[in-house]
Amino acid sequence: MSKIMLTIDGREVQAQEGMTILEAAQSVGIDIPTLCRHEKLEPYGACRICTVEAENKGWTKLVASCLYPVEQNLVVRTRSEKVDRIRKMILQLLLSHAPDARELQDLAKEYGADKDRFEKEASFCIHCGLCVRYCAEVKKKNAVGFVNRGARREISFIPEIASKECWNCKECFPLCPTEALQAAYILTEALISSSPSFTT
Amino acid sequence: MDNARIDQIIDKHQGEASSLIQVLLDIQSENRWLPKEALSRVSERLQVPLTRIRQIATFYKAFSLVPKGRHAIHICMGTACHVRGAQRVLDKVQDLTGIKPGETDLDLKFSLETVNCLGCCALGPVMEIDGKTHGKISPAETADALKKYE
Repeated sequence: MSKIMLTIDGREVQAQEGMTILEAAQSVGIDIPTLCRHEKLEPYGACRICTVEAENKGWTKLVASCLYPVEQNLVVRTRSEKVDRIRKMILQLLLSHAPDARELQDLAKEYGADKDRFEKEASFCIHCGLCVRYCAEVKKKNAVGFVNRGARREISFIPEIASKECWNCKECFPLCPTEALQAAYILTEALISSSPSFTT
Repeated sequence: MDNARIDQIIDKHQGEASSLIQVLLDIQSENRWLPKEALSRVSERLQVPLTRIRQIATFYKAFSLVPKGRHAIHICMGTACHVRGAQRVLDKVQDLTGIKPGETDLDLKFSLETVNCLGCCALGPVMEIDGKTHGKISPAETADALKKYE
């Protein structure tokens, strides 16, 4: 494991090879906001709220810091006009789905995001995939997954598995950045709409 | 479709989890839809979680989780067909079959879909039934075309 030196927000940071920008930043106490990250899960890169500017050999690009591995002499800016503008836009888009999520509202305050910027389409789900990945990676039950695609993508429980596993687990509920509304709602719906033998 | 036939299809693909989409496509083309029981069987045999299979089956338009009719009608609503009266063809077909785009009739005879281009704009308006192209079709002619199918 070789040491890598990089600069984050003007500070010299020493990191191990294979670390991500986010991990390097956190090791020296620099805060980067995240929504779809969980320490027990593989990085996913779904929410893009951890976007930072990474400059190498004079080239600047925008990368998701939770996925981007550290490089020698990389110059990272976690707050810049461009980054703030992107995070603000992402928040506004997410807020049109989940206008009441406290985690989003707190971030919105910091980045000046207007929750009414886009027309509301309150599905409560921001597709962070935390519940889906937690169920698959940690619990290995695969009771919940994504269905459909694009604008119609949503999470959905498999009633046969959910009726056996979920009532005693529910560990995904507190993970939900939109406060478990969606998880609870869809679980109930799946159980009600399935045949009576599954509801017990 | 029974489990034995599904097992046959899976064996044809050496029971590899990486052949999941091929397996699903084979079941789809033979059975015209993917019943829940079939997906459970595939999940068991290929050791792929049902959530993953369902994600893939709902992602691709080639798969259907509801029964489809014996004959698939595709009506082109692309620009060229549209200006030549595709809407009237569609209306007529909806009248004749009693179903809207995306639906299947109760006898499982026809499934109706609209598409955005079939790649033969010079033949517009185009209706395709089971892969056979009916070009320059008038609303009145659709009835004759549909009658040929049982």
